[in-house]
Amino acid sequence: MSILHTVNKSPFVNNSLASCLRLAAQGDGILLIEDGVYGGLNHTGFTPELEQALANFTLYVLQPDLAARGIVNQAHPKVQQIDYAGFVDLTVFYTNVQAWF
Amino acid sequence: MKKILFIQRRSPYGTGFAKEALDAILMASAFEQEISLVFTDDGVWQLKNQQDTKTLGIKNFSPTFKALELYEVKQIYVEQMALEQRGLQIEDLIIPVTVLATAELRQLIQQHDVILSF
Repeated sequence: MSILHTVNKSPFVNNSLASCLRLAAQGDGILLIEDGVYGGLNHTGFTPELEQALANFTLYVLQPDLAARGIVNQAHPKVQQIDYAGFVDLTVFYTNVQAWF
Repeated sequence: MKKILFIQRRSPYGTGFAKEALDAILMASAFEQEISLVFTDDGVWQLKNQQDTKTLGIKNFSPTFKALELYEVKQIYVEQMALEQRGLQIEDLIIPVTVLATAELRQLIQQHDVILSF
């Protein structure tokens, strides 16, 4: 049994992602959506925390939200980019969904 | 004529603030005020190039920033610290900007008659 966590706030101005990372369990999935996608980037002030999270969780990011913000190329290579159909698949794959907003 | 400073601290699509600010800036420019813009915190993401909102079905308003020059809005600033925290360089932005250190931004805020925060 593992949970899919969704986070929709930027880690630079809000602690939703930090709280999620603190409380998620080993093996859970974390999907970054909307402004949450700013937490899935390489070479930012948040990248060290992201890389720590990658050791314990599977990280996903919603690609259309990256594209809208012009940051597809800045996404961390170890964060899996998914589309809307992939989002639906994840909600089925995990036992439960928890939204951090 | 008043010196007006717009301080923009919000990301482009998470809330309506960024779009509202841009509308207010264009409005103010129509009244021939002396306008400065500063982008800091997540506001710098508003200026990121390569934005593509097709899949989201919402309007990409970032090209409008390129029109600001025609409206005589030419003083556009970005706080250096905000760029650095987000791994951004000025080459990643859609328009040319002046980069300010925190102390310079503090001074800039003091030099204006009106401050509008978005």
